[in-house]
Amino acid sequence: MSKPAVARRPQSIASILVEFLGSMNLAITLLVALAIASVIGTVLQQNQPYTDYILKFGPFWHDMFMSLSLYNVYSATWFVVILGFLVMSTSVCVYRNAPTMLRDMRHFRLNAKAKSLRAFHHVEEREIAARPDEATELAARFLAVEGYRMREKDHGDHRVLAGMRGGWNRMGYLFTHVAIVIICIGGLMDGQLPLKIAETMGTREIETRDVPASQVSEKSRIGPGNMSFRGSVDIPEGTRANIVFLPMREGYFVQELPFAVEVKEFRVEHYDNGQPKSFESDLVIHDDQLDEPLHQTISVNHPLVYRGHAIYQSSFGDGGSRLGLRLWPLDTQTNDPVALRGRVFENYPVETAGGTWRLELADFRLFNINPVVNEEGKTEQRNMGPAFTFRMRDETGVAREYMNYMVPVEQEGRPFYISGVRQSQADAFRYLHIPADENGTPELFMAMLTYLQNPAAVREIAEATALASLQRSTDPATPELSDQLATLMARMLELFAEGGFDAIERDIVTNVPAEAQQEAASSLMSLWRSAMQALYLRVLTDRGVAPAEADWQFFDDAVAALASLPFYGNPYYIQLSEFEQVEASGLQITKSPGKDLVYFGSVMLTIGIFLLFYLAHRRLWVWVEPTERGSRVIFAGTSNRNVLEFDKQFARLKETLFGLFKA
Amino acid sequence: MSVPNEALSGLQHESWIKRLSAFDWIWALLVVVGSIFAYGEYHANMDAYEIGILFGAVPVVVWLGLYWKPARPYLIATALLSLFALWLYGAEFGAGRDAVHALAEQNFFLKFLFSSQSAIMWMSALFVFSTVTYFVALFTNNEFTGKVATAVTWTALTMGLVGLMVRWYESYLINPEYGHIPVSNLYEVFILFCIITGLLYLYYEGRYRSRALGGFVMLVISAAVAFLLWYHFTKDAHVIEPLVPALKSYWMKIHVPTNFIGYGAFALAAMVGSAWLLKFHRDHPSRLVAVLVPLGIFLMLGGWSLATGFKASGELSGALLLSSVAKGLAWAAGLSLIGWLTMKDRAYRALPSLELMDDVMYRAIAVGFAFFTIATILGAMWAAEAWGGYWSWDPKETWALIVWLNYAAWLHMRFTKGWRGQPMAWWAIVGLFVTLFAFVGVNMFLSGLHSYGEL
Repeated sequence: MSKPAVARRPQSIASILVEFLGSMNLAITLLVALAIASVIGTVLQQNQPYTDYILKFGPFWHDMFMSLSLYNVYSATWFVVILGFLVMSTSVCVYRNAPTMLRDMRHFRLNAKAKSLRAFHHVEEREIAARPDEATELAARFLAVEGYRMREKDHGDHRVLAGMRGGWNRMGYLFTHVAIVIICIGGLMDGQLPLKIAETMGTREIETRDVPASQVSEKSRIGPGNMSFRGSVDIPEGTRANIVFLPMREGYFVQELPFAVEVKEFRVEHYDNGQPKSFESDLVIHDDQLDEPLHQTISVNHPLVYRGHAIYQSSFGDGGSRLGLRLWPLDTQTNDPVALRGRVFENYPVETAGGTWRLELADFRLFNINPVVNEEGKTEQRNMGPAFTFRMRDETGVAREYMNYMVPVEQEGRPFYISGVRQSQADAFRYLHIPADENGTPELFMAMLTYLQNPAAVREIAEATALASLQRSTDPATPELSDQLATLMARMLELFAEGGFDAIERDIVTNVPAEAQQEAASSLMSLWRSAMQALYLRVLTDRGVAPAEADWQFFDDAVAALASLPFYGNPYYIQLSEFEQVEASGLQITKSPGKDLVYFGSVMLTIGIFLLFYLAHRRLWVWVEPTERGSRVIFAGTSNRNVLEFDKQFARLKETLFGLFKA
Repeated sequence: MSVPNEALSGLQHESWIKRLSAFDWIWALLVVVGSIFAYGEYHANMDAYEIGILFGAVPVVVWLGLYWKPARPYLIATALLSLFALWLYGAEFGAGRDAVHALAEQNFFLKFLFSSQSAIMWMSALFVFSTVTYFVALFTNNEFTGKVATAVTWTALTMGLVGLMVRWYESYLINPEYGHIPVSNLYEVFILFCIITGLLYLYYEGRYRSRALGGFVMLVISAAVAFLLWYHFTKDAHVIEPLVPALKSYWMKIHVPTNFIGYGAFALAAMVGSAWLLKFHRDHPSRLVAVLVPLGIFLMLGGWSLATGFKASGELSGALLLSSVAKGLAWAAGLSLIGWLTMKDRAYRALPSLELMDDVMYRAIAVGFAFFTIATILGAMWAAEAWGGYWSWDPKETWALIVWLNYAAWLHMRFTKGWRGQPMAWWAIVGLFVTLFAFVGVNMFLSGLHSYGEL
């Protein structure tokens, strides 16, 4: 029965607001919005370096996405606002419905009218011989046995007996909805909201420079009193740290800890198939509050909790390994390697023909397990041994990244020094394969290179080769012809040294008419080849190897490597000769006081859901009025869940109850 | 009239413990003895938490057997067959991969029935067979065929669970360090998915005494089987590998199975939803829908086939396009045929009432939602221990939230707005695809911390 519209009171703004905030439509809209926003955050990889995004989307979309905070959706203001609205909507919903629910739990509805009971889906009306008070007493006892709590009221002309069970179903509603609010509040406590607010107010700002922690500006340092944070820090073995970094968009904050964490040792254990089995760190906590330092080993899935801070093993990396390097010059006429000792993360000046370059040692890895296609054509994991990564930065500041393996790697049964090169981190490595000689060193290859880059030696080899080939041919050798041939050969070798096969090809294209190019190419290449072979034999002779023992497979491999050298972009081949590994343990340190709240909410949510689904709130009424021959009884019931089951129960109760009345 | 106390006293409810029969007690005793046996045999390989889980499982299994009687013979048969297979293996832990292979090849029973691979193959074949049988039973309305279908399904479920149990043991035989419960990668959880969905279905089959929905539910299991076989043969996914350090936790034992009760129930709800729609649309002048649904599935499957083919080969070729279209069309044709046959009189009459199917759908989603909630909470607790935060907005977590929000909205609509029938059936089907993406799609297309089972 709705009241006529005229009688409706004008609503106050507050009640309109409450109505709106508590409406199901708003709640569903918010759920959907939250879901869509979440989807965006999973499709667009979050928190990547901005340069990667620019490469991927181009500057226009990058700016657009950045201004919408799509790179960190889950900490974006608009996302937090949606969450906030959801919390508010749920709270208002609870505020509006809780009183009704609680009343529903307790009230037995003893004033039910016969007319409304008759309209129930589950209802039965019969006349019986018993008096009303007898009937209600019997019914009360019977229904109590069936698990219903019963109340009775005498209305004078009729009596109403009301029963209910499963009232806690209503609590299910309260539990679930309050739980959501609690979980969100807990999550909010552990989130980045306070930092973001401080940032908006200008009391904090993110550090974007790559500087040592000690030089980070005061505004980006957060004291140990911070209530909650989640940061990470890499600690090299044997050193300690009392800060963690909190990543935020394109920069970070530095969070101070009330104690220092020392990593004594970091270990990776492996299964017999080479896969990592465990990552462990031996930690020592140094704290003034401790009488003596606390020793504890942590591993993945086994964190240490200390003074409300949880310390997790989250990653590992190099901690500044000491490397012994041999720099083989690739662009000068000597091949004596220069020795250099260095540490990962340090930079070293390197003299080159193009000025002073900077060698930046970036990483060292003891195990490099890579997929390799084996003889049977199946991919298997193979450990390629130690490797280090470095960048060579020229005077203009342009750098390429290299990754060199220490030990020659077998490929098709032959050992190679492998060096990967790439322009940027977004590219894949391309590899230079330097064949290792019979002693397992790059010396033979370097010796060939030295000859190739020495014009005098090249000229001499060319002349000797030209002479020898002319002597073999039937034509009489004239000095002019010999000289011409030698010049041509020398030029071929020089071109090859400068720019590989591409340079030779370019030379042919520019200097030979188009129709003769094909023929010229084949004869010039055969000239180049005989000169190159002669060069190789000369190198072998220098090393005391007879020409008959020459390894022509090595020659082919060396030529392939020489041909790609001009694109290597590094005046040195840097060989790793020795190392002393220092590992760093990547620790994640968190303080999340909201966690307990979230867990509490979760338990509440679970209980609530089960109450809501599996406890049906059922009500029964026995409405009785006296008649001449006894009483008229209306037996009615409702259930808010599991109606099909209630159908059966009601039918059974009905039969038994009226059976009892007859007895 | 005196109050008939005698009559009332007859109605007195006995406490539940007094109502237990001798068989109930024997069941409970068997479970307890079984757990003690398992403890005695294997406690050397368990940590305190795992021992806790073992004994914590006792009341759950006892309750399951009391609440749902058919669970008893099923679990007993599974246990006996698994023990038989373990006894046949007889090797020491750490015998090595080759030794395990050799044993599985030499012994007749292991080779043809109970080595994990054989058992899983049997499960796969039997599920496909049961799908066909259920549909034949539905279309011919033949009760005997229906009984056969039920028996076949039980057998498939037994072989599946035996397969998992034996696989568990085999992982220790290969190398005790490799040893782990087989719920650690996509291959293993697909088996788990088949088993849990099948069990949930059989529960409802018994409760509502109708086999008409069997074919529909088995269809989704068959699809999972198809994926399983593809994954096995193209990616060698069945090979037992050691765990990555992040998965080495007792949490896996409780988080993953709980999650799959959720997934299985959602899948069941969706399939019941499609049966609901078929029945509904026969009487409502839009049988077209029966064609549109398969068409939608065709688009999905064709697209998926295209996507995986494209990912594998890296180029879009005409042959790939053609084969994707052909695959999709074949599926669409098959499904349309099922739809058309379901609308024939016999099958139509055999299908439960719309009201009942609606109820099954709701119940399945309710069970799924409850368990999915628990699983997500358990996952958060595990994440807090492994990754240092209970919530990291990792794609898998986020998609779990999306699935959760989706079904939360579904339930709200049913409870507060009283939505029933058509929109809810459609929504349940859409929900399956959302779930599917959270389950498989995230691993395929998105990167994140849940790094198990990449495709």
